[in-house]
Amino acid sequence: MTLSVDIRHSFGDFTLDVRFEAPPGLTVLFGRSGSGKSTVINAVAGLLAPDEGLITVEGETLLDRARGIDLAPHRRGLGYIFQEGRLFPHMTVRQNLLFSRWFRKGTRSDFSDVVEMLGIGALLDRRPGALSGGEKQRVAIGRALLGDPRIILADEPLAALDEPRKAEILPYFERLRDEVSVPILYVSHSATEVARLATTVVTLENGRVTGQGPASGILGDPMLTPLGARAAGAVLVTTVARHHDDGLTELNAGGIAMFVPRVAQGVGQPLRIRIAAQEVILSRQQPEGLSALNILPGTVERLRAGAGPGALVSVITPAGTILARVTQRSARALRLAEGVTCYAIVKSVAIAPEDVGGADRLSTAP
Amino acid sequence: MGWLGPQEWEAVALSLRVSFWATLVSLPLGIFVAHALARWSFPGKQVLNGLVHLPLILPPVVTGYLLLLTFGTKGPIGSLLQDMGIVLAFRWTGAALAAGVMGFPLMVRAIRLSIEAVDPKLEQAASTLGASRIWVFATVTLPLILPGIIAGSILGFAKAMGEFGATITFVSNIPGETRTVPSAIYAFLQVPGGETSAMRLVLVSVLVAMGALLMSEWLARKAAKRMSG
Repeated sequence: MTLSVDIRHSFGDFTLDVRFEAPPGLTVLFGRSGSGKSTVINAVAGLLAPDEGLITVEGETLLDRARGIDLAPHRRGLGYIFQEGRLFPHMTVRQNLLFSRWFRKGTRSDFSDVVEMLGIGALLDRRPGALSGGEKQRVAIGRALLGDPRIILADEPLAALDEPRKAEILPYFERLRDEVSVPILYVSHSATEVARLATTVVTLENGRVTGQGPASGILGDPMLTPLGARAAGAVLVTTVARHHDDGLTELNAGGIAMFVPRVAQGVGQPLRIRIAAQEVILSRQQPEGLSALNILPGTVERLRAGAGPGALVSVITPAGTILARVTQRSARALRLAEGVTCYAIVKSVAIAPEDVGGADRLSTAP
Repeated sequence: MGWLGPQEWEAVALSLRVSFWATLVSLPLGIFVAHALARWSFPGKQVLNGLVHLPLILPPVVTGYLLLLTFGTKGPIGSLLQDMGIVLAFRWTGAALAAGVMGFPLMVRAIRLSIEAVDPKLEQAASTLGASRIWVFATVTLPLILPGIIAGSILGFAKAMGEFGATITFVSNIPGETRTVPSAIYAFLQVPGGETSAMRLVLVSVLVAMGALLMSEWLARKAAKRMSG
């Protein structure tokens, strides 16, 4: 299943001109607010009619302005997970979950499987008003899933939640990506969500697509990251090596041992971690007597000076390319330049738990 | 109701019948108009809004006279209906029409407010789950506005119970046919010794009006609770 979008729309002095393809897996539409992300996802859902364009899912046309085709939302066969859940307040959780079954015949997904996957069995007879924010969002995911959609749309589904609730919901989207064979189009402005979830990233800026590719490529390039150097960071693909008694998990990153706060994944499972560029320290000598546990030897690949006092250094290490945000003054003092060997230092505790993601079959598949 | 005399009872029973039919027949139209005013944009929306509210602002005698001109046996619609064997002028059905028209603005207003309180995002969510427009209305909008519909019906019913000016102008004051409670009170006050009968009917009117107001307040609170989940 592939979603193909090619639309133009203008309102006021904002014009949207977007063209991209979402292959199977989870595609994140990544951009700051006002970049046109929600317009795109609503056009796919049929809640907004763009001025012109073409939207197809696996050959079936949802919208073709030139031929006058504009399928009503209820005929598009999609599942939409909204930012605010939008559960029906006058129905129980069970009625919410089964809502689409009144209208869509020949559905396949198993009710109890979905309920079990999302851990909402105890909530079925409650009303949405009696649920927490995280519970509401889990029910909203289930409701979209039980409609057996051809594509799942999610519009900043975590943005309305506080940090602990985000950490609660993120794993469900990982499971959705890995266990449900439906492509997901996911709107976000969070680098963390991109790093953990994206199979493909499409970056949007001022209504235009500025880049498209795998998460590590986009997040590693400050020119492509819509949020700039502040959100830049490396995404490393590792496997869990062992769990230590002192609360740390040892990861194997290209032969190098890295330590992160304890994760839930079992030994041998693949794990993506994001290392924010501003948490990385560079050293020319092998550091000694340092409290940081993760020291990665490497070679400077590129040095990019920013507009302010900062510079972004990419370092090729056996674990993958690491990004470090340092001052230009330090870069001069260390005589950092292309080809120079150095050490990238990362504190274990600086790797935030929400940046440590679960197994990811699609992006680690050969 | 042993304490009401036969004439008084006749007026109360007639008023109940007139108000019941006035409310029942105008309700589907009221929901439709309220939905159109709350949710759709179309040319002439303000004109429709004005027309709906006109009976609230016009002197009731004017409304009654306009009804007579339109629905009287010589009026454009009245003559058409007469050909079909339906006569409204000077009949209880005409009283129901007058009561329905006068109660319509109150009914539409209450329902419209409750529709506007429904988050359109919920209706969008229902449409992405496969519900067509009609099903969205039946499964999401209608259950959420039910308290508003009931409140609007109660207000319309109470207004119909109290309607006097338009009714007496359109269908006169015929005992047993068009003499509703207000017309009966007026008639009793015209004859010596009628004050006690009038007083009893006044009591009935006050009870109906108070009951309707309390009930619609209660339903409005219930609606607010339902909306917030």
